[in-house]
Amino acid sequence: METIVQQTAGDGPVSNPSEKTSLLRFPIVLEPTKSWMPIALGDIWAYRELLYFLMWRDLKVRYKQTMLGAAWVIMQPLVMTLVFTVFLGKLARVPSAGLPYALLVFSGLIPWMFFSSAVTTSGNSLVGNAHLITKVYFPRLIVPMAAVGARLVDFAISFLVLGGLMYYYRIPLTSKIAILPLFAVMLTALALAVGTLTSAWNVKYRDVGIILPVLIQLWMFASPIVYPVEIVPERWRQLYALNPMVGLIGGFRAALLNRDLDWKAFAVSAVTTVLLLWYALYDFRRMERRFADVV
Amino acid sequence: MNKPIISVKNLSKQFRLGATSYANTSLREAFAMRIRAPLRVRQNNGHDPEKTIWALRDVSFDVEPGEAVGIIGRNGAGKSTLLKILSRITEPTSGRAELYGRIGSLLEVGTGFHPELTGRENIFLNGAVLGMKRDEINRKFDEIVAFAEIERFLDTPVKRYSSGMYMRLAFAVAAHLDPEILLVDEVLAVGDAQFQKKCLGKMKNVAQEGRTVLFVSHNLPSIVTLCRRALFISEGRLVADGTAAAVVEKYLSESAGGLPVAQWDDLETAPGTKRLRLRSVRILSEAGEVKSSFEMDDPIYVEITYSLLRSGLETNVGCHVYTYQGTLAFASNDFHDTNWKDTTKEAGLYRSVCKIPGTFLNRGAYLLHIVVSASYNFEPPDIFEKEVVAFELVDNGQSELRGRYTGEWYDGVLRPKLTWNTVRLSENG
Repeated sequence: METIVQQTAGDGPVSNPSEKTSLLRFPIVLEPTKSWMPIALGDIWAYRELLYFLMWRDLKVRYKQTMLGAAWVIMQPLVMTLVFTVFLGKLARVPSAGLPYALLVFSGLIPWMFFSSAVTTSGNSLVGNAHLITKVYFPRLIVPMAAVGARLVDFAISFLVLGGLMYYYRIPLTSKIAILPLFAVMLTALALAVGTLTSAWNVKYRDVGIILPVLIQLWMFASPIVYPVEIVPERWRQLYALNPMVGLIGGFRAALLNRDLDWKAFAVSAVTTVLLLWYALYDFRRMERRFADVV
Repeated sequence: MNKPIISVKNLSKQFRLGATSYANTSLREAFAMRIRAPLRVRQNNGHDPEKTIWALRDVSFDVEPGEAVGIIGRNGAGKSTLLKILSRITEPTSGRAELYGRIGSLLEVGTGFHPELTGRENIFLNGAVLGMKRDEINRKFDEIVAFAEIERFLDTPVKRYSSGMYMRLAFAVAAHLDPEILLVDEVLAVGDAQFQKKCLGKMKNVAQEGRTVLFVSHNLPSIVTLCRRALFISEGRLVADGTAAAVVEKYLSESAGGLPVAQWDDLETAPGTKRLRLRSVRILSEAGEVKSSFEMDDPIYVEITYSLLRSGLETNVGCHVYTYQGTLAFASNDFHDTNWKDTTKEAGLYRSVCKIPGTFLNRGAYLLHIVVSASYNFEPPDIFEKEVVAFELVDNGQSELRGRYTGEWYDGVLRPKLTWNTVRLSENG
């Protein structure tokens, strides 16, 4: 190497009052990460505006050049409800636990469709944003988070339709509605867990993106969406509840349609969700440093 | 002495060879690998010397606040990897870097632009991607729009923009980034010459404002204008660190073919065929001395010596002159040399000299490809050597083309002396 490398006295922070801009008091240190690193929540907070803008982009772009625009948010579950009601409710006579079948399905479809679209879009989000990941730094977790966040907006809108449907069937709201936010938070956590995990795996193995729709479809039939949970024999319920969607869908129906909440099932689902989220964040963190090299 | 704002120590980055195919490994292959050799996969993890390359190896340097540092090197030398590590996009394999300030990196212009969104929307999106706060974008919004000159198209989706408008908008957002440390990679290599000029001007301001800038470019003249200091990276290692002018000179002389002389002593291994061998290529001054650096008005002589090993052949010689940015400036052949018109040559040693006149090429560095053929139509040429020799033209403000003008000259490959004629047409203007 040829000459002129200034040697400096120590690595202390720079402080120079004459500088126009204030320099950071603590340096940003770049070195290979050793093993387990905590999730940099502060970093994500610092980039909250990017999270907002990515969500906003997602919503904005999705319905550009569509005729019905945001009306699709309402149309999709309505059409699916209609199809299930005709084929499963009327023709196959799937029991509906004393509720109008359409309402049973719709109350299950709203959380489910949020979950499935959130998982699908966030699962593909890192690969879809490869151009960002290889060119700019930001906490990578923002990308699947934004995908889930954007679907959350759709989720909120679809509740308006549910309100209309409940009015039509004369189902009164009860005080149980107060526990609804708890389930919404749990569901978001679950969607984030599964979405984050699949997005990270998808970076390395594109197979994940291909198999994901199939798995989601299977998951739907393994969850009490188009049938009531009562259809499952009593002794299998605990095992069934290992699928976290079981407790969550049950919770949604309990809160909205004034039904009894199966606390045991919910507890199992809650524990599963928390464990899954913890593992997803851990695995994401482990894999994220290779994203830019691999994607 | 100031404390450094960037301190890089023994930074290394290792890549697996064929990293892209690795990225697309299917699950099936991964499982198969694990089943076949469950332990080896782990052991080899990144440490198999045959399957990996060091994109960066033990690079150490410090940058003081307010310094503008250019980074030069051939393609694949590791410049972009260095910038990507400092931008926190990818992690080093070993070593350490410390940055004492807000970092803004421009590895490409228009990162995060979405074609469906309008210019206005993209300003906000792109700003956020680059790390600007919403208030900051709001404050600078008018300035950005004015710089990009796209007022009328602010609410048009950028997919309907011309590529020029798109680039202008993209650079305008980037140019208004306000970090303490700015990392820039080749962004000026886009857009038309006028726009490049504008970008360079903006970069110059940024550097003069006391911002710390790391600037990767192939455009050597702009490195010299923008940066006082430069780093030369070759095969992942830092090989020179010093004043921009000195490092650029070293780069020119060290990169393959950067010298004004190329010579082949062994006839057997010299480039060419059994009937024709290249012996030497030299860049000479008017006085006949080997020289690599010329002033604007100096003629440059390209001397090509070759051995013709069979008699009765008609030969032609040519040189292709490329800029260091890879643009072919011109190609010239001796087809029109009347001394040898329709004449076959006897075997022997021949010398052809081509004179490139003064006041013809613009300032900058040039690389020469040499073509010699014993078949008139050059199909295929016996000798086609790339990047054989190089020379540079330095504008010291003394050219006769300048008259009394002392300012900066335009870019462009040529700076020819053309005939100008002005007459007075009438008394009333």
